[in-house]
Amino acid sequence: MAKSIDISDLSIFYGSFMAVREVSMTIQARSVTALIGPSGCGKSTFLRSLNRMHEVVPGARVEGKVVIDGQDLYGPDIDPVAVRRQIGMVFQRPNPFPTMSIYENTAAGMRLNNKRMPKKDLDEKVEGSLRGANLWEEVKDRLDRPGSSLSGGQQQRLCIARAIAVEPEVLLMDEPCSALDPISTLAIEDLIAELKQEYTIIIVTHNMQQAARVSDRTGFFTIEGTGKPGRLIEMDDTSKIFSMPSEKQTEDYISGRFG
Amino acid sequence: MTITAPQRESSVPLSGMPLVHGTLPGWAPWATLAAGAALGAALAVASGLHIALAILLALLVHSVAIYAWSRSVEGARRATDRIVTTIVSGAFLLALVPLVSVIMTVLQKGLVRFDAEFFTFSMRGIVGEGGGAYHAILGTLIITGLAAAISIPIGLMSAIYLVEYGRGRLAKSVTFFVDVMTGIPSIVAGLFAYALFVLVFGPGVRMGLAGAVALSVLMTPVVVRSTEEMLKLVPHELREASYALGIPKWRTVTKIVLPTAVAGIASGVTLAIARVIGETAPLLIVAGTTTAVNLNPFDDSRMATLPVFSYYSYALPGVPREPYLDRAWAAALTLILVVMALNLVGRVIARLFAPKSR
Repeated sequence: MAKSIDISDLSIFYGSFMAVREVSMTIQARSVTALIGPSGCGKSTFLRSLNRMHEVVPGARVEGKVVIDGQDLYGPDIDPVAVRRQIGMVFQRPNPFPTMSIYENTAAGMRLNNKRMPKKDLDEKVEGSLRGANLWEEVKDRLDRPGSSLSGGQQQRLCIARAIAVEPEVLLMDEPCSALDPISTLAIEDLIAELKQEYTIIIVTHNMQQAARVSDRTGFFTIEGTGKPGRLIEMDDTSKIFSMPSEKQTEDYISGRFG
Repeated sequence: MTITAPQRESSVPLSGMPLVHGTLPGWAPWATLAAGAALGAALAVASGLHIALAILLALLVHSVAIYAWSRSVEGARRATDRIVTTIVSGAFLLALVPLVSVIMTVLQKGLVRFDAEFFTFSMRGIVGEGGGAYHAILGTLIITGLAAAISIPIGLMSAIYLVEYGRGRLAKSVTFFVDVMTGIPSIVAGLFAYALFVLVFGPGVRMGLAGAVALSVLMTPVVVRSTEEMLKLVPHELREASYALGIPKWRTVTKIVLPTAVAGIASGVTLAIARVIGETAPLLIVAGTTTAVNLNPFDDSRMATLPVFSYYSYALPGVPREPYLDRAWAAALTLILVVMALNLVGRVIARLFAPKSR
């Protein structure tokens, strides 16, 4: 299932503004890659470009290549909708669909992608996804309740269940814990550790302890000043980044001396 | 030159912040109002002061008294608060006067003929007493229903285009023309529909469908506007969440965005219907009036509607006048009740469809 991603010289633009400049990295399958860096350095933009979500903003475009499984995501024949089916995403704020129940939220990806499947299969899939997101035990008696009746942490796990229900190859997480309390954060981090058995996970986080706890490899992005593009400074094994980074800027950032 | 720190006046202790101050009793505004009312009433009785002037005088006395009293006990800020409270409440009551007056008048005069016969008889062969607005009620429902059937799909789809797809010049010009359409006088809409149908059916055409077209010209921009606002309220994150699941855009719109906004859209549409159901001028031109039941809006024949029925009964009554005037008021009352019912339906729909959080 899980796939590795090769990114070479990826620059991302909003209109004429260059938001991210010439990033190259390889993301290994079945691992967790954390992206850290100061606000506005383009890590979220970069993450969104990996499943062509940044194109939702008018005027956004990229240069460079993102190759997954031998296919360039930005090739001329690629359908962005198909890309997003392969590369799922979890957002900063939990965003369950307000008109749908917990069950319908989990099944939304399958149902709305026009896959017709028998009720029994769908039930199994929903249960599997909710179990996969460590939410099943908490919601199994109230699957028909609205998704918004859950707590923030539960909602975020519901969103993860919804994302893994469509069986993506890769899961992108954009600060998935920043709106959650420490206990919910712990639940999500445990979940990430389990999910990496099956998925390639890329997580953007502002919390360096979190990056250190959950990730195998870490990339550090930064920006030189307002209006300048963000760049990837360094990418290495997480243990190395947090103990002896090779770049001074990385060391300054992780030790809190960034300024 | 030396600079010294300003000395704090010794009479004000540092810890002596005035957190406590006087308060008027709860009955104070009622007392001053009662005093003002008593004065106004006395003058009205004694010197024949006009009732409106007496009320104005009462309010003036109340305002001055409560301001002075409050200022001396509670301080300037509370006094200002009280006087603004008086002004706001007064403005509210003033705004209510015409509404209450209309409802009272229509109820009083309309209830005379608000009976079973009114709802079951047309005016066919009726001279003088009796008869009813059965034909006009049906005509209004048919024409408004047709207008809604034309406007709602066009309006909904335009709004979806503007919010979800529209970029650049086309979207801007659509928005501009919707704004222009909002301001079209209803008589112009009627003339437009007449001119349009004359092209097909020749001069002198009167047709229910033409009335519906005229009303839909008035209704469409209202539907577009309210739907647009509701769609804009749907958080962008929901669309992104849907795209991230690999759901195509059109399915995101139909299955995620529309259901989330449906409550607001439905109540907006209901209000748009209520807005056009009372239109008189365009129907006067293109639908005309008749005394008999006409259920076919596609036939080149006149079709009565409630507002037009009411207008003709009042403007051109027969002899004796009273039965015609009574029927006019009863028709007006019926129309008000229909609009009120539509508003209530709009609210119920909004509540039924609203996303539940518990």
